[in-house]
Amino acid sequence: MSGPPPPAGWTADEMMTVAAARQLRDGVACFVGIGLPSTAANLARATHAPDLVLVYESGCLGAKPDRLPLSIGDGVLADTADAVVSVPEVFNYWLQPGRIDVGFLGAAQLDRYGNLNTTVVGDDYAAPAVRLPGAGGAPEIAASCREVVVIVRQNPRTFTSRVDFVTSVGYGTGPGDRERLGLRGGGPRLVITDLGVLEPDPVSCELTLTRLHPGVTREQARAATGWELAVAEPLTTNDPPTAHELAVLRALQATAEGSRP
Amino acid sequence: MATLVPLAQAVAELVRDGDVVALEGFTHLIPFAAGHEIIRQRRQELTLVRMTPDVIYDQLIGAGCARRLVFSWGGNPGVGSLHRFRDAVQHSWPRPLELEEHSHAGMANRYVAGASGLPFAVLRGYTGTDLPRHTANVSSVDCPFTGETLTAVAALRPDVTVVHAQRADRAGNVQLWGITGVQKEAVLAAHRSLVTVEEVVPELTPVPGQVVLPGWAVTAVAEVPGGAHPSYAQGYSVRDNDFYRAWDAVSRDRDTFRAWLDRHVHRAGAAA
Repeated sequence: MSGPPPPAGWTADEMMTVAAARQLRDGVACFVGIGLPSTAANLARATHAPDLVLVYESGCLGAKPDRLPLSIGDGVLADTADAVVSVPEVFNYWLQPGRIDVGFLGAAQLDRYGNLNTTVVGDDYAAPAVRLPGAGGAPEIAASCREVVVIVRQNPRTFTSRVDFVTSVGYGTGPGDRERLGLRGGGPRLVITDLGVLEPDPVSCELTLTRLHPGVTREQARAATGWELAVAEPLTTNDPPTAHELAVLRALQATAEGSRP
Repeated sequence: MATLVPLAQAVAELVRDGDVVALEGFTHLIPFAAGHEIIRQRRQELTLVRMTPDVIYDQLIGAGCARRLVFSWGGNPGVGSLHRFRDAVQHSWPRPLELEEHSHAGMANRYVAGASGLPFAVLRGYTGTDLPRHTANVSSVDCPFTGETLTAVAALRPDVTVVHAQRADRAGNVQLWGITGVQKEAVLAAHRSLVTVEEVVPELTPVPGQVVLPGWAVTAVAEVPGGAHPSYAQGYSVRDNDFYRAWDAVSRDRDTFRAWLDRHVHRAGAAA
């Protein structure tokens, strides 16, 4: 597909964030990590989903920040939350029983079944090429939320045929694995990247390119994927960010606490 | 009953070489001043326990205090990597660092088991991940009622837990509020505990959402105003996000880090 040239005036990261925000339905409860997931969730709350319930692993349930927090524990989250609970409680009483609709995750590596690695890059766990931050809340978010949305930039280093470490389970080695493992949540429903959107094939569970962002070609998406990328037919194109979405997103980012030019 | 003591004395008495030490505080109320005092007193061979080893553990690791780290997420929140932590894992600088890693849910439940006087806790977690292959402290257990196989995690029992709180009274009753994380469980799981506080007051006025640790459940309290900086104490200070951003450059280079440590920790007095 030789699409139109990228419309001027917005970046690939902005398109990714807007595409992620659009996926959040009003009123659902969303477990939010810091960075792109938090930005997208707050954009959704400021546009089409004013009653989106933001849950942060610091124990802030229903946080309504008026500016983007730098960490999952900034004071603005506690100040605006419906309830602030302990960390054991947020995982045991809220996440574990399946009360959270959507889990928003990032990753350093992802494979065709949506398994995520945030632990180490390299074959030797004891002597890693790159030591990453580790699991945090992700393994149980991936297991227990009704569905998972992954936000990650697409390139062959990240989209790899085999993750070096399974930190969080997507569809394991394929159909039936989540059920065999006893994972109660539905697994990754969407992977939103700076190039487009991938969704699991209903039969094979393999991540399939279903949508491109405006101006991106399927060849670009294939070249940015470390396995033979399956492409849906017909392949559709996302609407570009609206002027309103962009204005709200940029205003939000300008409020990031302590932000510098 | 908790004794009210100066920070340097509390660390000298409660934190020993080779101890299993937990400094907790989930973004909020991180006991930075106490961590700096541990560095100043040149404690060694510590097993450091913390759900989110962020900048304070980057400093302790870079200073060479740690032999082993038990954790669930090691990064500079919203900024990026912990460079001293990575340097220790990838290049054994300034010394090798053994790792034992978990998920947040696993670590939180390990503290709950420790606080409850139980040998392990039960959760749905870790299943299908590579995490259990690297630690003996994650296993499985069959439910005696339903037969369902669940995940078991071993209790955490630190030799000493250190936390920061907003206030204490003269009897050593401690009051904290805002994001209270896993501090209550971490204190009750430990053999000894030290709480640094913003201020000691004659009487603790109730605050919504508060956690109170009775003085008889705490070993020592030290008054250290600003002792959570660059983290924060709700009602007293705000998170110094610029410090967290600046730490990235400070910690990236070994010499820059050492100069920072010398100037801001070693040459600064206790409670600085």
